[in-house]
Amino acid sequence: MKKKYISVLLMAALAAGTLSGCGSTPGSSGNSGGTSGTNSGSSGGGSTEEGKVINIYSWNTEFSERLQAVYPEVKETSSDGTVTTLNDGTEIHWIINPNQDGVYQQKLDEALLNQASAADDDKVDIFLSETDYVNKYTDADAGAAIPLEELGINPDTDLADQYEFTKVTASDVNGVQRGSTWQCCPGLLVYRRDIAKDVFGTDDPEKVGEKVKDWDIMEKTAEELKAKGYYTFSSYADTFRLFSNSISEPWVKSGETTIKVDQKIMDWIDMSKKWLDLGYLDKTVKGQFNSDWNQAMGSKSKVFAFLFPAWGIDFNLKDNWDGKDGAWAVTNPPQEYNWGGSYVHACTGTDNPEHVKDIILAVTANKDNLLKISKEYLDFTNTKSGMQEAAEDDKSYASDFLGGQNTFKYFTPVAENITIAPLSSYDQGCVELIQNAFSDYFQGQIDFDKAKSNFETAIIERYPELTEVQWAQ
Amino acid sequence: MKTKNKSIDYSKWGYIFILPFFISFFIFSFIPLADTIRYSFFEYYRSGIKEIGPNFVGMANYKNLLASDMLKYAGNTLILWVIGFIPQIVIALMLAAWFVDARLKIRGQQFFKVVIYLPNLIMASAFAMLFFTLFSTNGPVNGMLMSIGITKEPIDFTGTVFGTRSLVGLMNFLMWFGNTTIMLMAAIMGISADIFEASEIDGCNSIQRFFKITLPLIRPILAYTLITSIIGGLQMFDVPQILTNGQGSPDRTSTTLIMFLNNHLKSRNYGMAGALSVYLFIVSGILCFFVYRMTNNEDPDGSKAAAKKAKKAQRRG
Amino acid sequence: MKSKKTDGLRSAIAHVVLVILSFMCLFFFYILIVNATHSHADLQKGFSALPGNYLLKNLMNVANDGTFPMFRGILNSLIVSGLSAAICTYFSSLTAYGIYAYDFKLKKVAFTFIMAILVMPTQVTAMGFLRLITNMGMYDSLLPLIIPSIASPSVFYFMYSYLQSSLPMSLVEAARIDGCGEFKIFNRVVLPIMKPAIAVQAIFSFVGSWNNYFVPALVIQSKDKMTVPILIATLRGADYMNFDMGKIYMMITVAIVPIIIVYLLLSKYIIAGITLGGVKE
Repeated sequence: MKKKYISVLLMAALAAGTLSGCGSTPGSSGNSGGTSGTNSGSSGGGSTEEGKVINIYSWNTEFSERLQAVYPEVKETSSDGTVTTLNDGTEIHWIINPNQDGVYQQKLDEALLNQASAADDDKVDIFLSETDYVNKYTDADAGAAIPLEELGINPDTDLADQYEFTKVTASDVNGVQRGSTWQCCPGLLVYRRDIAKDVFGTDDPEKVGEKVKDWDIMEKTAEELKAKGYYTFSSYADTFRLFSNSISEPWVKSGETTIKVDQKIMDWIDMSKKWLDLGYLDKTVKGQFNSDWNQAMGSKSKVFAFLFPAWGIDFNLKDNWDGKDGAWAVTNPPQEYNWGGSYVHACTGTDNPEHVKDIILAVTANKDNLLKISKEYLDFTNTKSGMQEAAEDDKSYASDFLGGQNTFKYFTPVAENITIAPLSSYDQGCVELIQNAFSDYFQGQIDFDKAKSNFETAIIERYPELTEVQWAQ
Repeated sequence: MKTKNKSIDYSKWGYIFILPFFISFFIFSFIPLADTIRYSFFEYYRSGIKEIGPNFVGMANYKNLLASDMLKYAGNTLILWVIGFIPQIVIALMLAAWFVDARLKIRGQQFFKVVIYLPNLIMASAFAMLFFTLFSTNGPVNGMLMSIGITKEPIDFTGTVFGTRSLVGLMNFLMWFGNTTIMLMAAIMGISADIFEASEIDGCNSIQRFFKITLPLIRPILAYTLITSIIGGLQMFDVPQILTNGQGSPDRTSTTLIMFLNNHLKSRNYGMAGALSVYLFIVSGILCFFVYRMTNNEDPDGSKAAAKKAKKAQRRG
Repeated sequence: MKSKKTDGLRSAIAHVVLVILSFMCLFFFYILIVNATHSHADLQKGFSALPGNYLLKNLMNVANDGTFPMFRGILNSLIVSGLSAAICTYFSSLTAYGIYAYDFKLKKVAFTFIMAILVMPTQVTAMGFLRLITNMGMYDSLLPLIIPSIASPSVFYFMYSYLQSSLPMSLVEAARIDGCGEFKIFNRVVLPIMKPAIAVQAIFSFVGSWNNYFVPALVIQSKDKMTVPILIATLRGADYMNFDMGKIYMMITVAIVPIIIVYLLLSKYIIAGITLGGVKE
């Protein structure tokens, strides 16, 4: 009896082992199948017969709203927003998962790994990515995003009016463009007019712009503000994008396993520590997108300025400001930078290549549509000529919130001067973890070397394939 | 003859009754566990959307973990658990004893019982989020302290090791003391009223009664509380994760073992996560073995022996 | 006389402590509910102890948002938690009774085994669990959230402890003499005795299942199968496009109200059950 029981146990254990062994095989073969699937998908018979369902993966409703606003083929959208029907009967299914804790990427990765074996109507057709991790999906070896040319879009002619840096961002190491975006995210400096008047005696954007035009002058201005009891920015995280955008080498070079922390990042660390100790920054605000940070945008706050692209002004600042319109104004930042941006990719293995091409062109490359998005959603859109027109057209693009300023006038020169920092697939983790690790250092909890080693620990936890960290200087 | 047959029949019933449990366990826990253990010997992770491995690496994952800060996180977990558990068990025992003590005439018993259990109903994640907002440097708690005049500068609760750990402890305490109280109460009420009556006749005061009768008699349930709390403590994740936004700040002093595991799961590092899971499994096994031994050192039926002793004592007296 | 006096003093202390603890517990609910009645802009201005007038608006925002099907989520959670609690308590009692009441060769082995797996953290098996249910075709279904609760070692241990202190074998033997079958004995004699323990554990497992985020987040993919905690995480993850703290507080409020109702209903039964079910030797 006992023996029998034990043998049953052993059998179960064996079965478990083989079962799980089997489980791993389709997964890994599915991966390679996915890459080879590219060719059969676009050149094979798939293009003549389009699928009935277009699955779009995203982390919010931003893309869905813009597509419904400008794509002429849209017939209707279900009341809960999950299904959009096109005129020819094709259905767009919106699959939305939160960005938080990497859930979006987890679900997307799972779907991409199963892409080859999924039924046609379950295949991912379009997915979105953010600048911080766009490289993970445009990577040539990963093969998740179809090169635009294979889809029938010629980046040189069809996307000629797009800003160059957005095209570079969406390209792999060989310069093959694998995604496209409708928005650009050049950033500005947004300041409180009342504080500017109190400290500088003027709230004129041109004159305030002079006061913040580069970091050296900025520091003197910070001292002035401090003397009157104001903070220049709320948190050390506010200035991060300006520095991380101007690094000279990628965090990790393609094919290498060494993280290089750029001199610019070290500059940011030095400046943040100094500014926090001098009281130019609000010590009680730690990081961004938390309640302290939100409150720093309220009328009781002593914070002079924020560094924001268009979305930051419209969604963060506007929602958090509890005073009247016209209290804030924009001017040039101390350094040109770009923050954010959502890229649209055609997914390898899609059964709807024609629809996908059509959608990408309509939402990211049609000037009229883009200007419409700019008007309705205040996005700074990806059309050079269109944005220049907007910069001239003070009437149509005046912002009530900013006291009638035409923000496009300020955004356009910034956008034209952006040279995107060299990207790597590890940017998201590096950007997030370096801020976390040095936060304790800024607050005086740990010393500089400890912060360094905490970053090293955290980054290798996140990316096991990386082996060492090299610090500049 | 007849009785013999019957007893054989009964043992069959034992197997039948425990069968569903074991089938379910083998399918939903054992197979995944075997999977986890198997991969702990492999280098196996995701790089971007490419899968690396699985390549057999023997004990490398285990060695790497020992060389990492794992022990520090184990220490963090222990500290965070202790500062929540000690007040929890002390207060729960006290409350349970009060509630069943008819002479205290606690008014609104029903109300209090319902209220103290309430925090356990909130999702740990929602609770942690609420605390995060309340105790932020510009949050309502600081606002109140400053308006009463207790402090001039806002206190940076989550900026210090002491503050963060205390908040985690406080949250765990608030979430679980009601739960424990109800459980202990159920146990104390299960004790035969005769024993209490007898002890009263013998002239036991309430403190003696508590330590000499109540405590020994509810030992199985106490062991249960301790064990489940240790498991809960080992699994501590939601509260520190959300309070510190996953960073375990400051300086990773509130990073628990499961947060560490989560970091590996996040990078889809099945190998390291597997090895860490095996460590966790071993550690929790050892801990529970000790607790189990400690609370059952006399006989497996500790409660019955204690009850007999009490009865004997009362008969003698 | 003297003991009466000390009783009075102890009673006073007990009341004070209870009031303080109750205040601490209720305080957070109060803040949650008050915050749910304010608009995001109000909340930005800082905390206010008085309720605002935004309650209905926030509730409408939650109810009308198609991307977060809150009421569907509550229904899903009710199904999952209710069924889990039911089968978890029933099968755990069954297992505990099986080991407690019968003598069989592997009794010790089975008991030790369950005690050993009692300590296994759920997270440990998560990855393997996901692969397994995907292979079984149960991905994105509510079943894998319910069925595994048949094997709940900690509930088993509670039931076992309870049986030890409350079920005299003489009762079982008496039933056998009356000619009851073994299943009938369990259902008719043992279960009623275990009522208080079942009630307590039913609440615990219902709450545990209701608040579980980890496993559902792994398993559930489609909107109409999501449970409440996933929806809340989704809402919080909706980043800068869609953050409205008033709505978030309202959502948490909506998420805990059903469970509070269930608890209030069951709690009366529990207290009654404990006093009635006390087995006298």
